[in-house]
Parts: sequence; structure tokens; C-alpha cells
Amino acid sequence: MDATDWQPSASIETLRERARLLNEVRRFFAERDVLEVETPVLGHGGSTDVHLDSLSLTATTPAGRERLWLQTSPEFHMKRLLAAGSGPIFQLARSFRDGEVGRRHNLEFSMLEWYRPGFSLSELIDETEALIRTLLPDAGPRRLRRYRGLFREQLQVDPFTTPLESLRRLAGERGGLNMADSDRDGCLDLLMGLVIEPTLGHHGIDVVIDYPASQAALARRQRDPEDGVEVAARFEVYVKGLELANGYDELTDASEQAARFADDNRQRERLGKSPVDVDTRLVAALRAGMPAGSGVALGLDRLIQLALGKHSVAEVMAFATPAC
Amino acid sequence: MASYSTNEFKGGLKVMLDGDPCSIVENELVKPGKGQAFSRVKLRNLITGRVWERTFKSGESLEGADVLDLEMEYLYSDGDMWHFMKTDGSFEQYAVEKKALGDTQKWLKEQVPYTVTLWNDNAISVSPPNFIELEVIETDPGLKGDTAQGGSKPATLSSGAMVRVPLFINQGEVLKIDTRSGEYVSRA
Repeated sequence: MDATDWQPSASIETLRERARLLNEVRRFFAERDVLEVETPVLGHGGSTDVHLDSLSLTATTPAGRERLWLQTSPEFHMKRLLAAGSGPIFQLARSFRDGEVGRRHNLEFSMLEWYRPGFSLSELIDETEALIRTLLPDAGPRRLRRYRGLFREQLQVDPFTTPLESLRRLAGERGGLNMADSDRDGCLDLLMGLVIEPTLGHHGIDVVIDYPASQAALARRQRDPEDGVEVAARFEVYVKGLELANGYDELTDASEQAARFADDNRQRERLGKSPVDVDTRLVAALRAGMPAGSGVALGLDRLIQLALGKHSVAEVMAFATPAC
Repeated sequence: MASYSTNEFKGGLKVMLDGDPCSIVENELVKPGKGQAFSRVKLRNLITGRVWERTFKSGESLEGADVLDLEMEYLYSDGDMWHFMKTDGSFEQYAVEKKALGDTQKWLKEQVPYTVTLWNDNAISVSPPNFIELEVIETDPGLKGDTAQGGSKPATLSSGAMVRVPLFINQGEVLKIDTRSGEYVSRA
């Protein structure tokens, strides 16, 4: 530590710009009658997502000493509001992911998340594009890119049908590591992250759709009308090689949701990761009935980074994790 | 030696890779939207100086490398080896091979402190101070009065290095040289 260690990560000028952009985001949603909400960052259930590491803490509550989880996104609480009849809602929510620190990650970050009951996935893609253009007025044209097509074009493999052995070999070669014990999704994740992602969004806004069903997370699964393969009703948005947003046609089936939570925890155990307490109140809310619709989570710090022409998320944060 | 997991990788950490000691230059998290995380790591091979780029699965680990940077004074060369002595008062000496000396050979001067990198107590590289003062042993005669104009000429220094110097510099003068760029800075 040295004498200048107390200084903010972003300049005061950048923080002024950041505040202006936040106001624009709020105006965007106000004009569309989407209600701003604030939900807790702590919950009795955490994200079971196999590839996310949730932070937890022990707190004294009216129920005594309890373990509470810091949210990896505000999804569960917001879905409970939807089930309670909130209508369309948005939130600027502080979210936490253990171990995620780097040029494009920070342990805690601002998620802009919104839900649109009654919206199809393509309607939400349109709205996400409009929001991004509010902050990046010079972004080029939007292109829809199919997950399968990207792999075929750039790597000459098919994510659904190429034998696992070939994918392992290709991923191992591209990454310079041993992928012999990796599963299909592991190989696809490596190729996506290392080879395909960096090429996306350099001519405009690239929206990737039709992910493999195994990567559905909390999205509905559906049969692809063209190919017949099962895909996830999900999209991701890329600008300048950065993943900005992740949207779902939301899963509303309570039993399916409970099964995915349980499945995640089984997989976590297999991988030697500790299980995460399941959000039983979300399952109960879905059972009571959440309106069908679409929702999207957008990494606000990354969008601001692009809008201000910075090189890392730390440069647009008052105090990034290493300086907090 | 301890081993380090990908989430402990940070700039300057010394680890073993493919049998060679390396210094981590940069560690970037690669994570597709909803998928598995990987670390894209740049490492400098401390023996060859070359930078490697490797990908690791999140949670993989590398063994630490027993690497130390120590300040040592250059003493002499016996033709095969170059001898340095620790400046901590221990008078402990280390012999360095030509291969480990690399480009630093042309910046050697007795009694100047260098940074010697030891791996398992063997010297694997030597870096010179950023600035060093060396005598001109050979150059064309200086041009009197030509102190303002540009133009330069080659000069051979006492360490054997060849640098471009201004036209007014004479044989026997001591010059301050930037060893990183190999450029003349000023008269000493």
C-alpha cells in the first residue's frame, strides 16, 4: 500500500458522466412506464448456477443466526414481484460474484435488470437494442447471430452434432490445455469465450440466439423450428467483444424450476463445489403463477465503459474491488 | 513449494510451467455469458525471456517457483563464467553462465549493482540498472564547437557496447547510458 492508495478508481469527471448516463437509463424506463424497484441484495436462497460462486454471510435476524446469500443478480426477488402482480419492472442492482475480478469483471457490480410480462424474446431484443443505443448512439447495425452458425462459420464444427472427442481436441488446441475430461458445454464455453466472443460486436450490436438447451439456465427450452434441435430461448448481446446482456424467455414452470435447482446442486457436488441453499420462495411464487414474459440482465458498468471509451470496468467505478 | 490456484494468479507471481520458472504477467478471466470460467494467462519464461499465453480451467493450479531477485555487484569474468557478489554484506558469490547473462553482457562494469534472478539457488538471468556510466574507448575525434547541432556517430564503450553519441563526444569521456533503450543520455 502506498500514500495514494486511497484514491478513487475512476476520475471525478468520469463519475459525473456515469451519473448522467444513469439518469438517461432511468428516463428510458420512465418513458416506457416500467417501474423502478429496489430489492434486497441478501436472500435466504442463492444462485445455484454451477458456474457462479455466490458469497454468503451469517447474520442475526428475527429468526436468530442465519446464513444469507448475496445475490449474483436480482432475478429471484424481481420474479417474486412479478408473481405478485407488479407489471413491468426494472432495477439497478448491486450484484456479487466471488472470484470474478479482471479487466471486464469486478467482485461487485451494477446489474441493470428488467422484466417485461407479455413480451416475446424478440420484442425484448428490440428494447435491449434501444436501451443500448441510448447510451451508445453511434453503435452500428444490429445483427442476429445463431449460436450454431457462429461455430460453423468460425470453427467448422457443429455445437450440437460434432462428436465430443473432436470438440475436446479443438478446444484443447485453441486453449493450449488438456480438455480430455471436459464435457460438451465445457468445450463450447472455452471456444465461445476464447475464439468467438472476441470477434463479436465490432461492426455493431451482435445478438447471439438459439443456445444449446443444456445452457438454458432459467430460460425456457424449445425445439428449433429450422433444425429440430432443442435450444434455449435465450439471447446474449455483444458490443466490441464485450458481453453486455443476457436475456431469457423466462421459465415459469415451478416444478421445472425446482428440478433445475436440484440438478445444479447435484452438479456442484460432482465438481466439488459446495451446494447453495435453494430459493424455495421463488419456487412458491412460480407455483402461485408468474405471468409469461421475457427478462434481461445487462452489465451496466461494461455499457458505461463502452459509452465513455474506457478500457476496463474499474475505470468507471468509484472504487473497484482491489481499491475498496 | 506451495501451489497456486487460478484465483490466486496475479502479476509477478512466480510459478512452474513445463519445467521452467515463469513470472505471471497478466491474468484475464474469460467467461462466456453463462458458462464455465477460464483464465487466460500471460507468463514470462524466466529462462528464455519469452512470453507464453496459456489458458487454465478455473480452479486449476500451478506449483510455485523458488525464484528470488537479489542485488549483486559484478566482480570479474574468468572467460567461462561471470562472477557476482551479494551486496548484503555476506560476500557470497555466484557464478553466472553466458546464457543467463544474455544481453546484459554488454553492460557489465565492475562494482556496479545488478539484479540477479536465482532459481533453486542458480542464477538464471541478470538485469542491468536502468542507467549506467561507461567510458568511451573508441570513437571518431570530437568536432569542436559542434555542441548544438544534431547528428551522431558510433562509439564503443568500455563494456563493449556500441552506442550512437553526439558528434562532440571524445574518446576517454564518461557517458550516462539508458540500458533499456541502449541510448546516450548525457555526459556523466
